[in-house]
Amino acid sequence: MHYRTRSHTVFQTLNYAFLALLSLSCIFPFIHILAVSFSSKEASTAGLVGLLPVHFTLKSYQFILDKPEFGHAFVVSLKRVAIGLSLNMLLTLLTAYPLSKEVKSFRFRTGYAWFCVFTILFSGGLMPWYVTIRNYGIMDTIWALVLPGAVPVFNVILLLNFFRGLPKELEESSFIDGAGHWTTLWKIYTPLSLPALATITLFTVVDHWNSWFDGLILMRHAEHFPLSTYLQTIIVNVDLTKLNSVSPSTAEMLANVSDRTAKAAQICVAILPVLLVYPFLQKYFVTGIVLGSVKE
Amino acid sequence: MTTRKWIREMPLHVMLIPTVVLLIAFSYVPMTGIAIAFQNFYPGHNFFSSPWVGWENFQYMLQLPGTLQVLYNTLFIAVLKIVANLVVPIVMALLLNEVRKMWFKRSVQTIVYLPYFISWVLLGGILVDILSPSQGIVNEILKAVGLPSVYFLGDNHWFPFTLVATNTWKEFGFNTIVFLAALTGINPSLYEAACIDGASRWKQTLKITLPGLLPIIILLATLSLGNVLNAGFDQVFNLYNASVYESGDIIDTMVYRIGMGDGQYSVATAVGLFKSVVSFILISVSYLLAYRFANYRIF
Repeated sequence: MHYRTRSHTVFQTLNYAFLALLSLSCIFPFIHILAVSFSSKEASTAGLVGLLPVHFTLKSYQFILDKPEFGHAFVVSLKRVAIGLSLNMLLTLLTAYPLSKEVKSFRFRTGYAWFCVFTILFSGGLMPWYVTIRNYGIMDTIWALVLPGAVPVFNVILLLNFFRGLPKELEESSFIDGAGHWTTLWKIYTPLSLPALATITLFTVVDHWNSWFDGLILMRHAEHFPLSTYLQTIIVNVDLTKLNSVSPSTAEMLANVSDRTAKAAQICVAILPVLLVYPFLQKYFVTGIVLGSVKE
Repeated sequence: MTTRKWIREMPLHVMLIPTVVLLIAFSYVPMTGIAIAFQNFYPGHNFFSSPWVGWENFQYMLQLPGTLQVLYNTLFIAVLKIVANLVVPIVMALLLNEVRKMWFKRSVQTIVYLPYFISWVLLGGILVDILSPSQGIVNEILKAVGLPSVYFLGDNHWFPFTLVATNTWKEFGFNTIVFLAALTGINPSLYEAACIDGASRWKQTLKITLPGLLPIIILLATLSLGNVLNAGFDQVFNLYNASVYESGDIIDTMVYRIGMGDGQYSVATAVGLFKSVVSFILISVSYLLAYRFANYRIF
């Protein structure tokens, strides 16, 4: 199909230009922040920084390295991703497998499925949720960050629909060979659903990395904040009540680093892990979305 | 026979034990906590030991001066977001569909999808920086072309639209991919036939591509009905400040302020319960509609 009319050529040119501009608008803010983080205090305050650093300096990053809170928060976040991811994936597999069965081979399947789905349709709201977790006595521990969301019902639905798309004969032959449900899940279903599991893994990692609100209300001490929560308190919400007072060495550092460049540098460091997994997300995202939107 | 069935199904029940326990502990137990909306709840009590006050908290909620404004803000922001999140991705998918250079198409998709994965905390920090009236690069650009500078995050007139625009900027890549995936399902022979009949590219878009997308558009529109009271807590919380409460305060931020800020647990729970119930009804209706007319099933 070739269109050689004049109006079509004009349209194509405009279309390419528009899409290119739109794409640029999606990355310019990030490049700008990166440039600010590498610029000097004076240049950034004077508003001289565009897309390239002005008076290149690493002082802002030096400032982060000298701040123990940032490192602490980074470690808490890594811990949260590790524990949260393992729990989420294990429970997703263990839940999706029984729910993917037909009613005739698992009579309670529909009941269990509604039991899970109801939790995403209705909730008690913020306050009851908060009071419940406080009553359990897990506030201020890593468990408060990973247990409440340990069963990701959306991912369970994704995976169970994927399981249902696998040929029934695989399961039947596995049973004939004498395997039970556990063996069938680990040896047949899990290896076959690796692309789906990869998608869910990456989305889960990004979710845990980005979560900040639970940390803000469930952690009492700033040193237990995950990175997103810590950054929330310093970037957006200038709630310094939970943070330690400014130490003399910090005051000295602030002479060379403006609030703006320091914030920019911390944003850049926090985005870095997401950028690192992004190419992998890209590879699988179509699978992931099609998985979620197309059902029989 | 029944015993055999039980034995065969036993492992399936065992697999579900952890899930059932966790969901009861962290979803169903909090649901019983809606009881405190009808109590004068003292922190430190359990959900059923405080004095009951009937509908008093709901009456109090309605008497608060800002409540109607908050409801209006929530609906206004949420509905605009829903519309923008459908229209922009459809246009994007149609435009990308016209692109013949695969590397270009793939690069655009890759780039516009990126902001979707960055949290509102970090985007909030970035937006506060670039939209600042004194140092922000957006206002520098506006000044350079001779326009007055705008305080996007501090002006009640601009704030809701800034929320919608930045939210669309963050999210449109996601739905674009859904629509692009749906486009691949359109039968290519339709285009060939149209070509032979002399239909222009524009005519083909109107008569083949858009009708082909219609089912998924209707499905997504129906399912987004459940979001009518979801104006986006993460975004608003990270972008707003006291000067834009009037136009930017939404139900979720109100619950947070009353509950976590003022410590009025019962009133906050009442406001939250109002939202939960309305949302539950809307989601149920939307799923029912989607099930009836698009044969959509959750599982």
